[in-house]
Amino acid sequence: MSRYYLLQDQKKCIGCFSCEVHCKTYHGLPLGPRLTQIITVGPRMVAGVPRMSFVFMPCFHCEDPWCVPVCPTGAMRKRPGDGIVYVEPSLCVGCKSCITACPWGAPQWNPLTGKVVKCNYCMERVDQGLEPSCVTKCVTHCLHFGKASELDTTRRERFARSVAFELMNPSPVR
Amino acid sequence: MASEVYSMCFMCSVRCPIKVTVENDEVTWIEGNPHVPGIEGALCAKGSAGIALLRDHERPQYPMIRTGPRGEGQWRRATWDEALDYVAGRLGELREKYGPRSILFGERTNLNTHISKTFMKAIGSPNHFTHDALCKGSVNTAFRSLTGYNDAQVGVDYANTRHIVMYGRNLFEALEIKSVNNLLSAMDKGAKLTYIDPRVTVTATKADRYWMIRPGTDLALNYALMHTIIKERLYDAEYVRRWVLGLNELQAFVEPCTPQWAERETGIPASEIIALAREVAEDKPSVVFHYGYRGSHRPNEVYFRRSMIILNALMGSIEAKGGLFIKKGLQAVGRSDLKKYVDQDFEKITEPRFDGSGSDMFPVADASHGNPQMLAHAILNEDPYPIKALIANRFEPIESIPDSSTTRRALDKLDLIVAIDIHFNEFAWYSDVILPESIYLERGDSLQVAAGLKPQIIMRRQAVTPRYDTRPGWLILKQLAERMGAGRYFPYETIEDIWKFQLENTGLNIEDFESKGFVSLSDQPILWERKDGLKFKTASGRVELVSSLFENAGIPSFPPYEPVQAPEEGTFRLHVGRCAVHTHVSTQNNPYLNELVPENDLWINTVAAASLGIKNGQPVEVSSSRASSKVKARVTEFIHPEAVFMLHGFGKTVPAQTRAFGKGAGDALIQENISDRVGGSPALDQTLVKVRPAS
Repeated sequence: MSRYYLLQDQKKCIGCFSCEVHCKTYHGLPLGPRLTQIITVGPRMVAGVPRMSFVFMPCFHCEDPWCVPVCPTGAMRKRPGDGIVYVEPSLCVGCKSCITACPWGAPQWNPLTGKVVKCNYCMERVDQGLEPSCVTKCVTHCLHFGKASELDTTRRERFARSVAFELMNPSPVR
Repeated sequence: MASEVYSMCFMCSVRCPIKVTVENDEVTWIEGNPHVPGIEGALCAKGSAGIALLRDHERPQYPMIRTGPRGEGQWRRATWDEALDYVAGRLGELREKYGPRSILFGERTNLNTHISKTFMKAIGSPNHFTHDALCKGSVNTAFRSLTGYNDAQVGVDYANTRHIVMYGRNLFEALEIKSVNNLLSAMDKGAKLTYIDPRVTVTATKADRYWMIRPGTDLALNYALMHTIIKERLYDAEYVRRWVLGLNELQAFVEPCTPQWAERETGIPASEIIALAREVAEDKPSVVFHYGYRGSHRPNEVYFRRSMIILNALMGSIEAKGGLFIKKGLQAVGRSDLKKYVDQDFEKITEPRFDGSGSDMFPVADASHGNPQMLAHAILNEDPYPIKALIANRFEPIESIPDSSTTRRALDKLDLIVAIDIHFNEFAWYSDVILPESIYLERGDSLQVAAGLKPQIIMRRQAVTPRYDTRPGWLILKQLAERMGAGRYFPYETIEDIWKFQLENTGLNIEDFESKGFVSLSDQPILWERKDGLKFKTASGRVELVSSLFENAGIPSFPPYEPVQAPEEGTFRLHVGRCAVHTHVSTQNNPYLNELVPENDLWINTVAAASLGIKNGQPVEVSSSRASSKVKARVTEFIHPEAVFMLHGFGKTVPAQTRAFGKGAGDALIQENISDRVGGSPALDQTLVKVRPAS
């Protein structure tokens, strides 16, 4: 099962698209495939102020992935040790079954190689004790990589701070 | 075998510290310098895309001499000796015949500016200029008029601010990484962000308060804020009494500028203006009215910039924790400054500058940077004298100076155009000779003093050998100077020679930079003592609301406010700006960055678009008195109905840049070349355009 979790703290994300380029340069990708993508939603007015949402969309490395069982050659696989879902390029025949199967569009087509590429959490880096390239170089450090069992408390703490004194004081305190 | 090289990015002018991993003379990884607080590995899209720039075959690969008509793209490859001999020979002839003043040198201010200035002094021309005025000339002048310091000598203490007010200062898309992270961490601790802009930017969507101000009326808003602050005595009385001169004059001037008056001009409710004044005052002096760099570039820009700085002065936030600070350099920590080659003894130059900077055309502008928007006027009219040659280093007059067609027409009149550049940009393509510069990963450069609360010196170190037959700018200039009989002013062979010379009196060595790429000179932030220790550089030693710089030049400090007329229907103010993935005019052809933002579009208000029959995504024609251009419309309620907006730097016409060629519209083509004659900036947001569906 996938041990890892990649958390995006949307409050700190400024939608600068840097993660996409960190990813593409690390994986040496040509025009086209985007192993992760920031999807911008908005702007729209929320409680009187304009807001935009930047949704970070890598591969989720599902515990029970759609893409692995549909792969006829065994190229799409899950690492037994830590559950990272990755493509073994020497086995990929470019049939695109995984692209069809994935509900989130994570597997991408590499026009240069005629094979599928996808986010593998930069597993060579993970194996060296490093973090995925998008996380290491994120401009605002809004991306966090860790084990799903060690849940990040940033958002809970921020929420707690924002409501902590609401009941004690008639006017909002920051 | 991998090695790590600490260096400094140059994908934009922020110059973030980086760590480059090199294997077999190839760059395999670039990250932000992990040792630098506020960076800690962080790098922007442009920074990572530096790898693609390094490998790009669509950049000049060897010296080239033009063989066909200008701009036609017919070149022959030359050796460095041949190209340098040719340029030096032509410059020598022109200098002989028309005098050294006929030669201009323009650049973006960079680490080697002390060397390019040396080059111009050595050949005897007064005409070195930088890109600066085009971006922030009026910010510079406004600061000098009030504090004696220019804008580059002042910083913002984002990390400790309690409330920051930004006028089109789109910090989260301008992307100075350290500033972004410092502000985000302050906001996480409760700091407030007020953002004012006719257009909703990313920064607007992160703000606690956003005002869609009527274009060009920011000055009226600020006068009303001052009115309220003075009337309700919300200012820092102790600071103002000690450090600010001219409060009475200011009070009399803003007396009629009531919030109700400003509401009619700006569209912002009077009650909200009053609320902001009170709210900011609660957090003084840890507050910032951000003075730069976009927003309201109008012919009266200098007074808008002054108004923001004056608001800081009233809040006591100049030289305050969480406010603005005067940057501290080496002398503040008891060391001597870096040496500069430009401080050598040269023959005195008595000729006036070509651009009237600091004299008749721009009496109080900063002549050490000049006013490049005068380029076409000076060449075409031989005013004040004939100009024959232009050398530009990473400076792109065609796309940076408003009214590209006139700039091209002026270039046609020159006898020699030389581009020292890393791109086939519009100017390089129009030049006679391209002397290709190595990119930042392929060269070392002069050391940078990063003055600030904690001064540092940072080193750009060469990571890999040049991919092509290119050379560093500091070497190209030395080799040109040698051929013009001025080699003695360039007593170096290698970058290490330059570093040793710079460090001579500082007590530091090159080796000190090896472990982290920079040297920190103070553990603690240096802020001057506020009671008696502030060192303003004005004649009076205080913040001069009535500026002696201005008054001595016969320029009023508080001219009457001129109301902004609404454009007639179908006509808009053209606003320009940037996004997070491109740098000015220089990255549109980068493969990775081009993929993210390949072209610009025209933001137009939903209601205005409907009345013109324009639909979202539809091609429209944008026309000014200068030119028309075609671009797709982005119909949105998130821009004021009186303005339209496009990203800067698109509409490339150079076929050698295949990815960017023909994509989007060029703003400089459409803009009129109008200037703030006091501040020195072109009024980049002043041009009126008509928009209609393209046939």
